[in-house]
Amino acid sequence: MTSLAQSAYRAPELGLPRLLAGVSYYHPTGLAEHEDLYGPLHLPPVSPHQGHAQRQRQRLIEVVERSGLTGRGGAGFPAGKKMRSVAALAGSDRKGRAVVVANGAESEPASCKDRLLLTRAPHLVLDGITLAAYAVGAGEAHLVVHGNEDELLDSLEDAVADRDTLGVDPVPIQVTGIPGRYVSSEQSSIVQYLNGGPAKPTFSPPRPHERGVNGWPTLVNNVETLAHLALIARYGDGWFRGIGPPAEPGSALVTVGGAVNRPGVYEIEMGTPIGQVVTLAGGPSERLQALLVGGYFGAWLPAELAWPVPMTHAGLRAVGGAMGAGMVIALPITSCALAETARVVSYLAEESAAQCGPCMFGLPALADALIELAYEGGRGRAVRAIATLLPLIESRGACRHPDGATQFVRSALTTFAADARWHDQHGSCYGVNRAPLLPVPGDDEREWDWT
Amino acid sequence: MSALLHGPALWYATRATGLVTLLLLTASVLLGLLTSGRFGGASWPRFLTVGLHRNLSLLVLVFLALHVATNVIDTFVSIPLTAAFIPFASSYKPFWLSLGAVALDLLIALVATSLIRNRLGLRAWRRVHWAAYACWPIALAHGLGIGTDRKTIWVFALTLACAAAVAATVTWRFVSTARPGAR
Amino acid sequence: MNYRLRVNPIACTGHGVCAELLPELIELDPWGYPILLSPAVPAGVMDHAKRAVDACPTLALLMEDVTGP
Repeated sequence: MTSLAQSAYRAPELGLPRLLAGVSYYHPTGLAEHEDLYGPLHLPPVSPHQGHAQRQRQRLIEVVERSGLTGRGGAGFPAGKKMRSVAALAGSDRKGRAVVVANGAESEPASCKDRLLLTRAPHLVLDGITLAAYAVGAGEAHLVVHGNEDELLDSLEDAVADRDTLGVDPVPIQVTGIPGRYVSSEQSSIVQYLNGGPAKPTFSPPRPHERGVNGWPTLVNNVETLAHLALIARYGDGWFRGIGPPAEPGSALVTVGGAVNRPGVYEIEMGTPIGQVVTLAGGPSERLQALLVGGYFGAWLPAELAWPVPMTHAGLRAVGGAMGAGMVIALPITSCALAETARVVSYLAEESAAQCGPCMFGLPALADALIELAYEGGRGRAVRAIATLLPLIESRGACRHPDGATQFVRSALTTFAADARWHDQHGSCYGVNRAPLLPVPGDDEREWDWT
Repeated sequence: MSALLHGPALWYATRATGLVTLLLLTASVLLGLLTSGRFGGASWPRFLTVGLHRNLSLLVLVFLALHVATNVIDTFVSIPLTAAFIPFASSYKPFWLSLGAVALDLLIALVATSLIRNRLGLRAWRRVHWAAYACWPIALAHGLGIGTDRKTIWVFALTLACAAAVAATVTWRFVSTARPGAR
Repeated sequence: MNYRLRVNPIACTGHGVCAELLPELIELDPWGYPILLSPAVPAGVMDHAKRAVDACPTLALLMEDVTGP
């Protein structure tokens, strides 16, 4: 017996869709519909006996570990392991001094999967939060989204209220809006914000799982990870592992964009080759030169190289790429990759929290060098200038922001090495005139607050 | 021996150590401002500013101790030791003496927190260190108000020079916060 | 006893005192921020390293004990 579900519902077929089953275009799935579709979440009440309660929590954590679920927020860290370390640090006391934070603050402009889950299948996420709180013995639970999304906040609060009337969540879930800055969705930024500070990353140690919200061990999980947890608890780890490769099992949501016929969010089996993912999204709308996989902290890959690569963290790392939070953007041959890269790096430079010198000064310098290379031509020295800047920036900030940006730029210089050399010698190409492809929020959509 | 205690020697010692304390304190404040203002260059390394600021502050304590001791021992005017730390504990010029006590208390807080800075953490240390902006003017006011050497031109001039130096450096420090990375 | 130097990049505001006191291990980048040439502290410069840690105006230079278990 590998699931906690006490209901009479049989596990569904092994295939897809899982998270997106029953998702409607028009309205969020209500609580009743959700329970009809997946079965109710019958969480055994926490035993008053301390030892028994701990064993109950352990059982859930073991199921999660056996399932092999990895974080879907970008890092791909084993979810069960994270849960276990928070539970261990929270100790066996029943005072509930641990916190669960669901990270729905999707700051990546190219990603909409979290948004889809939160607007269309919120109860999967909310179930996941309750399960996570149960597993680590948390007394406090937060769901964090961008604060300027009033409609989203309202609909989530309605969903929580529906559950409250039925007493579904033993630990009340607090829906909180945070500033929509790019680095605000980092774990430590969210924790600092919830503790009353600005939504900026902090220096570690201590990490959130050691000391986070209120100084307590805090489990921060992406909302998609928690949605998977909701199904694992019902149908068991065996069911979850039924699809996908053994090392990174299950399904994942990917956002496909760029030059494809049907851009959008798709649920795929982990390990699906990238070419198949693009085909799912209607196939390329033009001839492609490259794919950006993993978002703006991910990497560019030449189209032919990327096509057979499986969508897993390991598979992409093996070819010098990164899975990130599952974004695939198709770049057509009519676009100038360097111009796209330069635009994105300018955005990333403006989104620096400006706490650490190398990021605060290095990223704008990098952006300037890329802009010069793309739009004016490098006068024979831009590529070298960029190569000199990169080691001055990576690993010298307190958070992943500068590293993500440098990884992105390195992959551009590798994948588009020929283009870079050409630009360096001859100036800009026709591709710079094409309408920008990679999404970067416009000035009127940008937020500048940290609190 | 009793001549030393009754005669003018202690009286001069107290005024002299007081003046030196003020000069050293002024120097320390100037160096502190130069540190946070990132003063330095090829010929004046920054560790010199940082190191001198620290060492002069400790020297201030030495001369301050002498200043207090000579005051207390001097039997011409009866000033109890407590008056060095607690305001209004003496009947001799209570207000102006109290300013000295307040400045001394602030100085002890400044030095003590700086010595345990590593354990205290930067935020707490910084909050206490802002008291330096209060400590110095209070010490200056104590020196002027206590009245002993108000009529002595060169002492008065020296005091004014200290004030001018600090005013100028404070202005420099806060005008040049346009420097990137400065907080 | 094994010690390792580390910079807290958020606390660091680029005073550069550390690079003056420990040029063997610390260089400054074009913007005035420290680059640790090697995190490990050789025994010969341990005193200098401790002095640099002490002198940092923002307590951004840290000496961590990484002696094995």
